[in-house]
Amino acid sequence: MNLPKLHGVHVPHRKNTAQMPPQRMNAPQTVTIPMSMHIGAPADPVVKVGETVKVGQLIARAGGFVSSPVYASVSGKVKKIDDMLMSTGRFMKAIVIESDGEQTPYEGLTPPEVTDFQSFINAVRDSGVVGLGGAGFPTAVKLGVKDLKQVEVVVVNGAECEPYVTSDTRTMLDDVKWIRRGIELMQKFMGVRRVVIGIEKNKPECVKSMGDMASAMEGVEVMALPALYPQGGEKVLIYHTTGRIVPEGKLPLDAGAIVINCTTLAALAKYMDTGMPLVEKVVTVDGSAVKEPKNVIAPIGASMQSLFDFCGGFKSEPKKVLYGGPMMGIAVPNTDFPVMKNTNAILALDEKDAILPEPTACIRCGSCVDACPLRLMPAAIEAAYNKRNVDRLRELHANLCMECGCCAFVCPAKRMLVQTNKLAKGLIAADNAAKKAEADRKAREAAEKAEKEAAVK
Amino acid sequence: MSELTVSVSPHLRGPRTTQKIMLDVLIALCPAFAASIIIFGWRSILLTGVSAAACVACEYIWERLMKQPITVGDLSAVVTGVLLAFNVPSSMPLWELIVGDIVAIICVKMLFGGIGCNFVNPALVGRVVMFFSFTGDMTNYQFPSMMADKVDALSSATPLAAIRAGELSWDYFGRLLLGTHGGVLGETCALALIAGGVYLCVRRVIKPIIPLAYLGSTLVFGWIFGSSHPVLAVFSGGLMLGAIFMATDYVTTPTTNIGKLIFGIGCGLLTALMRTFASSAGAVTFSILLMNLVVPYINDLTAPKPFGGVEAK
Repeated sequence: MNLPKLHGVHVPHRKNTAQMPPQRMNAPQTVTIPMSMHIGAPADPVVKVGETVKVGQLIARAGGFVSSPVYASVSGKVKKIDDMLMSTGRFMKAIVIESDGEQTPYEGLTPPEVTDFQSFINAVRDSGVVGLGGAGFPTAVKLGVKDLKQVEVVVVNGAECEPYVTSDTRTMLDDVKWIRRGIELMQKFMGVRRVVIGIEKNKPECVKSMGDMASAMEGVEVMALPALYPQGGEKVLIYHTTGRIVPEGKLPLDAGAIVINCTTLAALAKYMDTGMPLVEKVVTVDGSAVKEPKNVIAPIGASMQSLFDFCGGFKSEPKKVLYGGPMMGIAVPNTDFPVMKNTNAILALDEKDAILPEPTACIRCGSCVDACPLRLMPAAIEAAYNKRNVDRLRELHANLCMECGCCAFVCPAKRMLVQTNKLAKGLIAADNAAKKAEADRKAREAAEKAEKEAAVK
Repeated sequence: MSELTVSVSPHLRGPRTTQKIMLDVLIALCPAFAASIIIFGWRSILLTGVSAAACVACEYIWERLMKQPITVGDLSAVVTGVLLAFNVPSSMPLWELIVGDIVAIICVKMLFGGIGCNFVNPALVGRVVMFFSFTGDMTNYQFPSMMADKVDALSSATPLAAIRAGELSWDYFGRLLLGTHGGVLGETCALALIAGGVYLCVRRVIKPIIPLAYLGSTLVFGWIFGSSHPVLAVFSGGLMLGAIFMATDYVTTPTTNIGKLIFGIGCGLLTALMRTFASSAGAVTFSILLMNLVVPYINDLTAPKPFGGVEAK
């Protein structure tokens, strides 16, 4: 395909754990399982404090259409159900389970009966699987398309472009059978004809394992993509694998594509064949402060600290701890935060990596414009935001930004361009809300006026 | 555990800094500096050093007086100082050069908000002010001492003046490359300047678009307008220094590639026009300054189209 490629940046790979098969950690004494590990409505707890639960048992059902059920990741006793601080800064209900250390599986676990598209989607919903690449969008909603003819291509995301993170790499090496099963299920029940697996070239062993798998299948191809961050960004991946462009404000499906992360696919397939829903995750534990970086199979709800402890603790004092990779990861204020469904890595950075250089004045070098995969003008967005110029922000398509961080990465003046763009989006949203409120008020007044006039007559 | 830092992503930053960029520009200016010492003697060191020091001092004093953060560490003032010194003949009185430095740093840079906020190139405005204030000293072009015994077309006038008079031929090409002719400190040795330009491109500090567009269009338009020797004209006067080091200043040039191309061609057209129909002195300076002024419009016209962007209704 000779389409012009989207821009990006060459980030250091630091895939230190790529050769390390995941090790299962022992169940920690307690797990804290948030009710919102996905986009959409929080799940509703169905267990009470003091109740005994087993691994894989439903502890909270989906709280709406765009939601996902939650299952116990350890066997033990429900200790409390309470609000807890999330990395977003909001409080969210969470179920705390005290582990009995037995990890007894729930007796009622049986593979779901899947016969057609609808039962397939129901099973996907029951699996508790959400977008495991990071977004956490409920997979059943993504796959539950109204018109299956719309799905012209399925792109399996194996790009894993974030530095450090190797959990998808391990899936593509260790869980080939589950990825294959997942693709077969989508082919069978969704009538998918074309599947493209996109993998960054810096993972030749994954390209090979997936290539070997694909050669034995029909309609599946593997594409080795340049190791150019953010290759795994949804819109970027769709464009580079299929040449399709997702228009602003639309979904990949509008361009005839569905993107599914390789680990998401494997988790789905596991549930379909074993009946064990999503209760554990492979998490890359790395960063300059971690003594023995590893890939860890952790129960969902295990605290970050318990994973760091499993990796030998810290070799130097951590100054920053992240959910996810360094380009888009979320910094947390302490290590009590739990592993969630969409956690693919936790990083602890020492002082040298944690303290970022102070921003200086923009020198208008244009590096950010050259780096932006979506061809935005981050420096211009920053200038418009500083003037609180909402119309200009709309003109510059600030809402299109996926916050990949390329602009801030290349900026020689170390401007906090992603932070500013987040604020810019907030400003646009606030302005939209204010405009809507104003329009509503006018409409109401007009209606009242018309009513009065009618009454006079 | 001690307190953890919480900040917005990305938590990883690239190696490039403003200071490293400016340092690369200074390194790129070194060949021309060395050439100026060989060609014009020790006074070249004095002028360049004083000018750089004056620029740094201006910025530092201003920021101290205005209680602003001190930014002289970014080396941008040093670059301005060196470029200004490169624009004066070796006989220039020091105090006159310092006036140029003050204008460049205080009037053009700091009054508009410091680095990144000036809308024209500080060094060029400094040069213009010196040019009109001290015209005699600014045009008292020194002839290299090593060439004193040779009397020819290049001994009495600058190469540009000789081209205008139709007196320059290919025989002088080698001397234009080496810079052994009358002129100002940093602009005579085309080879040294090109070496600096190549360094900047290799280090990806600049893209070659503007220099190539500028030099190429000066050549083409010079030929169209009937210059007696359009090729030699490209290697004469301040064009090489201007095209490589002045017309590529980030702050005052367009951001996009197509914008850079338009900017470069615009500079070339203006330079060829001025050199042919007006005075040859200062053609490069005024061309770049004029194009600096239209950069915001070029940026608006050449803004990239966002990927998958839908126009707002």
